[in-house]
Amino acid sequence: MSTGQPVGVVLVSHSRAVAKAVAELAIGLAGGGTTAPVAAAGGTPDGGLGTSSELIAAAAAEVDRGAGVALLVDLGSAVLTVKSMLAEGDELPEGARLVDAPFVEGAVAAVVTASAGADLDAVEAAASEAYDYRKV
Amino acid sequence: MLDVDFFRRWLTAAAAAVEREAGRLTDLDSAIGDADHGSNLQRGFRAVIAALEAEPPETPGATLILAGRQLISTVGGASGPLYGTLLRRTGKALGDSAEVTAPRLAEALGAGVAAVAQLGGAKAGDKTMIDALEPAVAALGTSFAAAATAADEGAVATVPLLARKGRASYLGERSIGHQDPGATSSALLIAALAATAGE
Repeated sequence: MSTGQPVGVVLVSHSRAVAKAVAELAIGLAGGGTTAPVAAAGGTPDGGLGTSSELIAAAAAEVDRGAGVALLVDLGSAVLTVKSMLAEGDELPEGARLVDAPFVEGAVAAVVTASAGADLDAVEAAASEAYDYRKV
Repeated sequence: MLDVDFFRRWLTAAAAAVEREAGRLTDLDSAIGDADHGSNLQRGFRAVIAALEAEPPETPGATLILAGRQLISTVGGASGPLYGTLLRRTGKALGDSAEVTAPRLAEALGAGVAAVAQLGGAKAGDKTMIDALEPAVAALGTSFAAAATAADEGAVATVPLLARKGRASYLGERSIGHQDPGATSSALLIAALAATAGE
């Protein structure tokens, strides 16, 4: 899929603050020129802890440029909610994909890679590779 | 034959059971989860009832699909996509029929339960809603009452189990001795089905 447009990245966390902060961190570390579109979908619409399919759908629509959307998620219901939305078929943009990656490290890798103009497969691979980096 | 009114009454009975038992579900969830199962399901089923009243679906399948979608978008926790998938897949399996037989519902519910197991990656014995739902589906061939009894026994049988899924799994041995909240709410859903059928 080569549209000349960047892949979008959606960060789904149980916490609004976590999603927003990780988005800021990833954009900050991607640095330099223009970064790929990133949207945070954290917590419930009323600001509580949890996952909202409405916020996720809105975030995905916001970052969709036609080149695909990589969704990175934190725990339990974030995983299940995105999977069930993908199974539904019409709730996320075409080319939306749940990416299996650690949330913070994967987000940085995904945003840096997407900002460099890579396609969705490359963004997914970069985010997933973050699992292979052992810290001790 | 089960018509759209039957399915609306089932979901209404399920919503009433969730209202009545929300405190108990949250108590069970505070022992091994994050103490929001009752309030989350309450929010979800209130949205289901509101949606059914605002836009009454015309078929059994459409009724369950609408309910499932409401649960996914309003519950906020893992029970939203899980129960949402259960109802939506069951509804899709029923298709466009205006009326369905009990065996047809049993078959559709079996497809719904299989979809939940796949979504959550859970199997019988993992201390989840599957422990109530699988025996219920197996007993549906006999009667709705038998399914309700099987679901309840399945929920009670989660007490000595070690949780392998969800937040409870982080507790390891400490999850033993507590009834699983998801299996308990699943038993409520099946009990509401039996009550709606007059059994």
